[in-house]
Amino acid sequence: MRSLLRWETALVFLLVVVALGGQVSTDGAFLSGGNLFYLGLDIGEIALIALPLTLVIVAGEIDLSVASVLGLSSALIGWFWNAGWPLETILPVVIFIGALAGAVNGLLVTRLGLPSLAVTIGTLALYRGLALVVLGDTAVADFPAAYTAFGTTPVPGTNIPYPIALAALLAVLFGIALHASSFGRSVFAIGANEEGARFSGIRVKRIKLSLFVLAGAVAAIAGVVYTFRFSSARADNGLGLELAVVAAVLLGGVSIFGGKGSLFGVLAGVLLLGGLRNLLILQDTSTEVLTIVTGLLLLVSVLAPSITRRLATLRKATT
Amino acid sequence: MTTRLDAPSAPPTTARTARKLSDRVGRVRELGILVALALVVVPTALVNPRFIQPQSLRDLLLNASIVALLAVGQTLVVITRNVDLSVGSVLGLSAFLTAQQFADHPGTPLLAGIGFGVAVGLACGLLNGLLVALGNVPSLVVTLGTLYVFRGIDYALAQGRQVNAADLPDALLDLGSARVAGVPVLVLVTVVVIVVAAVYLRSYRSGRELYAIGSNPDAAVLAGIPVAKRTLTAFVASGLVAGLAGALWVARYGTVDAAAGTGLELQVVAAVVVGGVAIFGGSGTVAGAALGALLLGTITSCLVVLRIPAFWQQAIAGALLLSAITVDRLLALRLAKALRKSEGSSHA
Repeated sequence: MRSLLRWETALVFLLVVVALGGQVSTDGAFLSGGNLFYLGLDIGEIALIALPLTLVIVAGEIDLSVASVLGLSSALIGWFWNAGWPLETILPVVIFIGALAGAVNGLLVTRLGLPSLAVTIGTLALYRGLALVVLGDTAVADFPAAYTAFGTTPVPGTNIPYPIALAALLAVLFGIALHASSFGRSVFAIGANEEGARFSGIRVKRIKLSLFVLAGAVAAIAGVVYTFRFSSARADNGLGLELAVVAAVLLGGVSIFGGKGSLFGVLAGVLLLGGLRNLLILQDTSTEVLTIVTGLLLLVSVLAPSITRRLATLRKATT
Repeated sequence: MTTRLDAPSAPPTTARTARKLSDRVGRVRELGILVALALVVVPTALVNPRFIQPQSLRDLLLNASIVALLAVGQTLVVITRNVDLSVGSVLGLSAFLTAQQFADHPGTPLLAGIGFGVAVGLACGLLNGLLVALGNVPSLVVTLGTLYVFRGIDYALAQGRQVNAADLPDALLDLGSARVAGVPVLVLVTVVVIVVAAVYLRSYRSGRELYAIGSNPDAAVLAGIPVAKRTLTAFVASGLVAGLAGALWVARYGTVDAAAGTGLELQVVAAVVVGGVAIFGGSGTVAGAALGALLLGTITSCLVVLRIPAFWQQAIAGALLLSAITVDRLLALRLAKALRKSEGSSHA
């Protein structure tokens, strides 16, 4: 726990460094109201998906299919809209289908005991493929302004984009679920020692299944946000986004081995990743470099614990 | 009297039943792929007889050979209970750099240019292997990271350019279309790689140790197997083969941009798992993995022949991967149950 606190302190410190460095290097553009609003929009989907994914990873599993669920829900919105359905009906149906997609992951993992990595690589392709089957390579864009305003206007009286307000609300709910409820304690227990958790009467399978369902549902919500933000329903929306989300969660100090992590750290990780990407965009950096930086951040954040451990043993050996 | 006679004979019987069972399952796995191949090919051939003409079959083998190559390297990694998700990016990087090398230096000898591509792949594999072996981090996360890093480097180097067939030496392009006794050279190269890897896994001590690492990593450490070194070897082999596949990609397609091989890792993992290599490590053969690649490639070709929209391809690849790991798991569970039963009866 103490090392975790130190990691979060380091994250906050890094955030301050990035903010101040960005502010100086961009002549004050980085922390301007307009750019912060844009930054908020840019990390909206990542922040949303990172919340349930944190719980999944703390429980010792992984879900790589989240970005494909986002794409599938976007494609379905376009498809149902073309079929003449009203959006009030489409959105709950799409979120329900997202939850179903998560349930498929969860059932394959819990009922058959398959590794979640292999299962979700499969469904990563399957769900993206289904999105393509549903919508092909066309885009649906004629959504009413009342909905697309969701991604372009702030909550009245503030500078907060709607997606971030939604993510903040969900963050509070997920924070309580993970850190202040018996459900959250069970999630930690499963990740730390699944066998032990089972013997102490925790319903491991049911909890894991519910986490995958949550991840699917929230990924579908992120798909709704994404679709209206760009006012474009496309099958390839959010392609490759799983990298950014997994990177943000691990950067936030969640252990890939399960059992360790905090939602606060993840939020800091999302902000740090988003801030760095935003800063690079402000400097006119190409998207390729953004991808390289994201990949490197992922590598550094998974390697950091083992490197610090090695350094610590080295130090002990020399003194 | 009877007990004294029966007792010593019990253990060999158990061992034999176990071996017979695992043999049967092993045989069923590779036979299963052949049956599946027949199930795919025969109806398609009935709908469109041109599907089984020599030229179509050659194209089928050619298209499958690059994925089969990658699947051979991936098999070595998966057997050690790891995975290499970066192979598609390694292929892309190696393909672009090889093409650029040939285009910028027209005098490059054929083998030197291909060797350059192989070296690029080897370097990528070495990096993956070092990160996995020394970092104590799941290979999935490491290679997910390098998947994007290598691809990003690829795009950054290419800067939107592409190398066209006109810029490439004829010797290289000829390699892509050449045949020996009617069999494309690329297919022969793939077969050679399969044979080399199969012999290594079957007959060399270090090859057998890869299986030991995958079936029980802790026991492998206790048995004195240099786990980190062997894991490193597996990743280097995977990178090397992906580099070779990149160079051959250039020979086959002639036109290369930074997107070459994007998403290929999925087909490769699917081929390996369909081919009967256990995703939990410890079992599987390179021949099975190559057959898996051939099956997937054949299914893709059938979709084209049967005029099914290309949009279905990814969904089908995903569904196949899911069914393969499910079947794999169910077979393993059944085998474990049967073994338990035979053990129980011999003790009774």
